[in-house]
Amino acid sequence: MTPFAFSRVASADEAVRLGALPGAKYLGGGTNLVDLMRETLERPTSVVDVTGLSSDIGETDDGGLSLGAAARNTAVAEHRLVRRRYPLLSRAILSGASGQIRNMATVGGNLLQRTRCAYFYDDDGARCNKRAPGQGCDAVGGFNRIHAVLGASEACVATHPSDMCVALTALDAQVHLRGQDGGRTVPMVDFHRLPEDRPEIDTVLRPGELITHVSLPPPLAGRSAYRKVRDRASFAFALISIGAVLTVEDDRVADVRLALGGVAHKPWRAFKAEAALRGGPATEAAFGAAAEAELADARPLEHNAFKIELAKRTMVAVLGELAKGQAS
Amino acid sequence: MAILINAQAVSAPDDPRVSLLDLLREQLHLTGTKKGCNQGACGACTVLVDGERVLSCLALAVQYDGRQVTTVEGLGAPGDLHPLQAAFVEHDGFQCGYCTPGQICSAIGMAAEARRGVPSHVSPDLEADAVDLTAEEVRERMSGNLCRCGAYNGIVASIQEIFGEAAQ
Repeated sequence: MTPFAFSRVASADEAVRLGALPGAKYLGGGTNLVDLMRETLERPTSVVDVTGLSSDIGETDDGGLSLGAAARNTAVAEHRLVRRRYPLLSRAILSGASGQIRNMATVGGNLLQRTRCAYFYDDDGARCNKRAPGQGCDAVGGFNRIHAVLGASEACVATHPSDMCVALTALDAQVHLRGQDGGRTVPMVDFHRLPEDRPEIDTVLRPGELITHVSLPPPLAGRSAYRKVRDRASFAFALISIGAVLTVEDDRVADVRLALGGVAHKPWRAFKAEAALRGGPATEAAFGAAAEAELADARPLEHNAFKIELAKRTMVAVLGELAKGQAS
Repeated sequence: MAILINAQAVSAPDDPRVSLLDLLREQLHLTGTKKGCNQGACGACTVLVDGERVLSCLALAVQYDGRQVTTVEGLGAPGDLHPLQAAFVEHDGFQCGYCTPGQICSAIGMAAEARRGVPSHVSPDLEADAVDLTAEEVRERMSGNLCRCGAYNGIVASIQEIFGEAAQ
């Protein structure tokens, strides 16, 4: 690990003041950043521990929910209001990582975790545009079974590894930020970037900006599910995952929210599938057509074409299960 | 301030790069806690912080100033085993023993989570108040602790004996 100065802060103002210094990094639970620092992929000169900032989880004035950025993943997943009103979020978090990691990892840190692309980690042996801009990408022509099929670029085919973020994307969460010039709010769907020709930039965060909390709008009616498909039953990243909320009235889709994980550089909100479904019949044929519409632009690499079919089938299966029990 | 490790006050290291794991092993010679992968994938370094199971390899020791850390040395001793340690002996919950301290700490933290109703990926009812630690629940909740000898059946049996429904 490269040497760094460490500070622990008690207020967001203090954090933002220290975070504005060149080479500064905010530290949450450390489950990703400490590992990246040990590999010297991240070399901050100062580390600002923000785990003492708000970890509050509570109802907002509009009937939604606010999650302090320092709330641990376990605390979010087990919170009564989350389990009752946003079961999709609990389910997504519980499908990720291990018990120990969920006890450490924070909401803010989960949003800012880096890709698990092996070429990104392989500083000595591989080229990576995300790690070293302009160097080239060894994943494109390498072993790319876990890589992106949607929204990738020639520069980068990495995926975002989070489960929690897929649920937050489906649930129309808002990310609240604080910088030296004040605060702003970014919709979760716009928080992470597609790689384009700047894959080293994961999010729209400006230098020194701090995530203070994430908020959810009031819960939707309807049923929800998080389905994660992976190589082993537990403690593995998603090959693909789907977060879905579906409301069926009179056998028609009254409302639907869909997001995919494991397919792109960001949690992928399936707007095309949603548009195809909304107001239409809640039938397997309609679910299949919506899945086709969403994946129409998918581009496979040498080893990951299976993800396209897997995403379609999983979408149809999840929507089918959610529609069951809402049939008239 | 200090880190309270097995009820003993220890100063946080001057170098913030020192992990809680290296503080335990290299500076305090508490070598019960093991370094396996050193990247959060194996669970061998699991310790309890204020009763919660965490990975000491991904923990910068300075972040834990003011907290209470319990390692396997704080749970039992030769001749005075923690009941879960005795159950591991009884059920062949280990062969080489390298992962065992992490398994023990993790299981104790896991049982506390189950007691307060934290659901898991395999829990059918997210809103249930109580968790029955079936073999399926134990396997899911303990998936962050690898055992390369493959003593999983004995580990699950040990945990169920001490923390399962029959033990309640």
